[in-house]
Amino acid sequence: MSVLLSVRGLTAGYDRVPVIENIDLDVATHSVAVIIGPNGAGKSTLLKSVFSLTRISAGRIMFEGDDITGHPTSQLVPRGISAVPQSRNVFPTLTVAENLDIGTYAAPPKDRRAVEERILALFPDLRAKLKQPAGELSGGQRQMVAIGRALMSEPKLLLLDEPTAGLSPAYLERIFDLILDVRKSGVTILMVEQNAKQALRIADHGHVLVNGKNAISGSGPELLANDEVRRSFLGGGDGP
Amino acid sequence: MIDFINLYLIPALMLGSIYALGAVGISMIFGILRFAHFAHGDVMSIGAYGVLTAVWLIPLHPLLLLPFGIALAVLAALAADHFFYRPLRKLPTIYTVIASFGVALIFRSLMQIFWSSDNQVYVEGVTRPLVLFGTFRISALHAEAIAFTLAIAVCLQVFLSRSRTGRSMRAMSDEAELAAVAGLDTEKIIRWTWIIGASLAATAGVFAGMDTTIHPNLGWNLLLPMFAAAILGGIGKPMGAMAGGVIIGLAEEISTFNWIGDDSLVSPSYKTAVGFVIMVVLLIFRPQGLFRGRLL
Amino acid sequence: MEWTGLLFYGVSFLIAGGIYAILCLALNIQWGLGGLFNAGIAGFFAVGAYTSAIFTTQVSDKHLGGFGLPVPVGLLAAAVLAGATGWVVAKICIRLKSDYLAMASIGIAEILRLVIVNESWLTNGSLGISQVPRPFDGLVQGRAADLVFLAYVWVVVAIVYVICERLNGSPWGRTLRAIRDNAQSAEAAGKDVNWFRLQTFVIGAAFMGVAGGLSAHYFKFLAPSATEPLLVTFLVWVMLMAGGSGNNRGAVAGGLGIWAIWSLTEIFTNRLPPEWISRSSYIRMLLIGLLLQFVLQRFRQGLIPEKSPPGKY
Repeated sequence: MSVLLSVRGLTAGYDRVPVIENIDLDVATHSVAVIIGPNGAGKSTLLKSVFSLTRISAGRIMFEGDDITGHPTSQLVPRGISAVPQSRNVFPTLTVAENLDIGTYAAPPKDRRAVEERILALFPDLRAKLKQPAGELSGGQRQMVAIGRALMSEPKLLLLDEPTAGLSPAYLERIFDLILDVRKSGVTILMVEQNAKQALRIADHGHVLVNGKNAISGSGPELLANDEVRRSFLGGGDGP
Repeated sequence: MIDFINLYLIPALMLGSIYALGAVGISMIFGILRFAHFAHGDVMSIGAYGVLTAVWLIPLHPLLLLPFGIALAVLAALAADHFFYRPLRKLPTIYTVIASFGVALIFRSLMQIFWSSDNQVYVEGVTRPLVLFGTFRISALHAEAIAFTLAIAVCLQVFLSRSRTGRSMRAMSDEAELAAVAGLDTEKIIRWTWIIGASLAATAGVFAGMDTTIHPNLGWNLLLPMFAAAILGGIGKPMGAMAGGVIIGLAEEISTFNWIGDDSLVSPSYKTAVGFVIMVVLLIFRPQGLFRGRLL
Repeated sequence: MEWTGLLFYGVSFLIAGGIYAILCLALNIQWGLGGLFNAGIAGFFAVGAYTSAIFTTQVSDKHLGGFGLPVPVGLLAAAVLAGATGWVVAKICIRLKSDYLAMASIGIAEILRLVIVNESWLTNGSLGISQVPRPFDGLVQGRAADLVFLAYVWVVVAIVYVICERLNGSPWGRTLRAIRDNAQSAEAAGKDVNWFRLQTFVIGAAFMGVAGGLSAHYFKFLAPSATEPLLVTFLVWVMLMAGGSGNNRGAVAGGLGIWAIWSLTEIFTNRLPPEWISRSSYIRMLLIGLLLQFVLQRFRQGLIPEKSPPGKY
């Protein structure tokens, strides 16, 4: 198993207060890694730190063996990392087609048309909405536009911050299916999720973050079976 | 009716064109950098003086020398951004607003030092108006300015919807943080915002200077109606700002027409207040503007 | 002779400095406590100046009034009218981002300027109001009168200062600082944020009116040019920024300090070669503009920083 992203001893936060402390994490190539944990545990902060959107006070972030700690965000996209923030993740007055187009500016794909076709094959709903402003779409469709935009640069690693937040249960399942499809196309995924149970079902690897620190890590099935994880995050006893 | 068109409607469209060109920059800076740029009027004046200097050196029609004015205005705007706005980027934007006040003062005093505070004109003498269909009179300048503004509006629309830079600018105006996450070069977008905003402001400044006279307060005096136009059109909507500029220009001129009786509806000495009153009414009832722009 | 000249230069310096100190204290309430950006100080200053002048001058057919009332009544009326103007402005845009308040306040200042120039029945237009009385006019004559007026101005400065200090330390002031540093949590704690902000704007505007009134009495003559936005609005902002916003002593120190620099540059620019003399006032303005940029970038806490570091507005 080769490691695509590796985080070592990371301490980061905003202003002077660290939100996460001494975090270690590895993401294997072509895997889905999920970070779960209670509200305020620093899950999003960890994701944002990979993208240089926080103040990093200690630790290193390695991507494909190179140190990318604190590299400007605009350099990370050409390196092969894309991110989808939790909220406000589409450009509302731009059309869906324009949103997707923006995704190609920082790292133009070799065959733009083919990439767009592939993404529209993943998200067939969007095909009819290409000329519509993204702000007029439903929450689930917006999430698809956001993920589509991030995939337009053909990233090796996709960072997703709570992709199912605020979505209806029907969409929730679809987004998880889509994430598996994306992985099948060769993209490694690191995501933060509130819906721990479903997320761990599709995850190759899970990390539990509590109070800004690594608590437990293991494979998806391991965590689903772990008593402590079940008590704290999976809401009761029903098994996987 | 003919009087109304010749003496009010055409000058109103002229004034509206000036406001429209100035307001585009204000609206884009508002949208992308999120602050009210109080030195924008002075960028206009700098453009007007750039062309004035060029006219002294090369005796051509001022509009042909517009590139000189644009170059000077763009240079001034980029310098102001680099030295005075950029260092404050991470602070609350109100500090940048205060800085832009200072820049307005710096620009104005530089103009007074270099070009004196006198009223100056590009070319001496009066030009005869064109007469259309025997009744409509429109001065060559007004015709040129209105046609020019229309052409710019079309080009701007194409630029914003088709070009990469234009789309990036709209994207950043929509969601600045997401634009950075998507890997867009935000500093480059900001540079383009200044270049376009200052170019259009310089053009407006030259029109205003040709219409009346050139003096250091030329642009500052137009600032409030331009803000009104930007708010009317919806913040971060350049085409809205252009429409807003025309509407404010129309409102100002037409409010002084003698609609009721022989007296003008609004005394001409309060003409410049009309735009402001419209702005206040908007702030009370519809701060997002006519075209549903963003609320800062 | 040289010495008395210098003494009276000092007196006039301190009178103007005192008026600026009041403006700084007033702005400090709006910006330092309320976090509100008032770009139309000149407008409130003008309302105060004209109100006090019209209230205290003898009857004249050139302008409204005068009503021949005592100077303190004039100053009080100045405060009330300027405060009321401030209330209108703040009412309209207090709920919007501060950029809008900046536009509205500057717009009000412009409209007031138009009114002052155009409404001759009220203000005698550009000819201005003359024979504005000073307090204790009958008692002293000549240059000694300047000394009396100096004392009068600084008594007013002291009163305004004490009021500002009281406000600062009161529960009201603490609430405002809490709002300024974190509006959301203050709102969550049940504070009507906009109502508190509106109060700061009105109180500040009232004090600006008082400063305007004092200047009318000082010069004994009032014309539209006396309320030049550049000199009033701009200089005061530089003063407060340099002195230290959020701090009353800083406001007074900034007022006097920048006024000293401004006055000294006049001495300096008067020695320029004749072909530059006509441009000297522009050079001074340029310097003040650059000074503001310097303060904003390098010197944001000012001479006397607020005790608790200012948070984000």
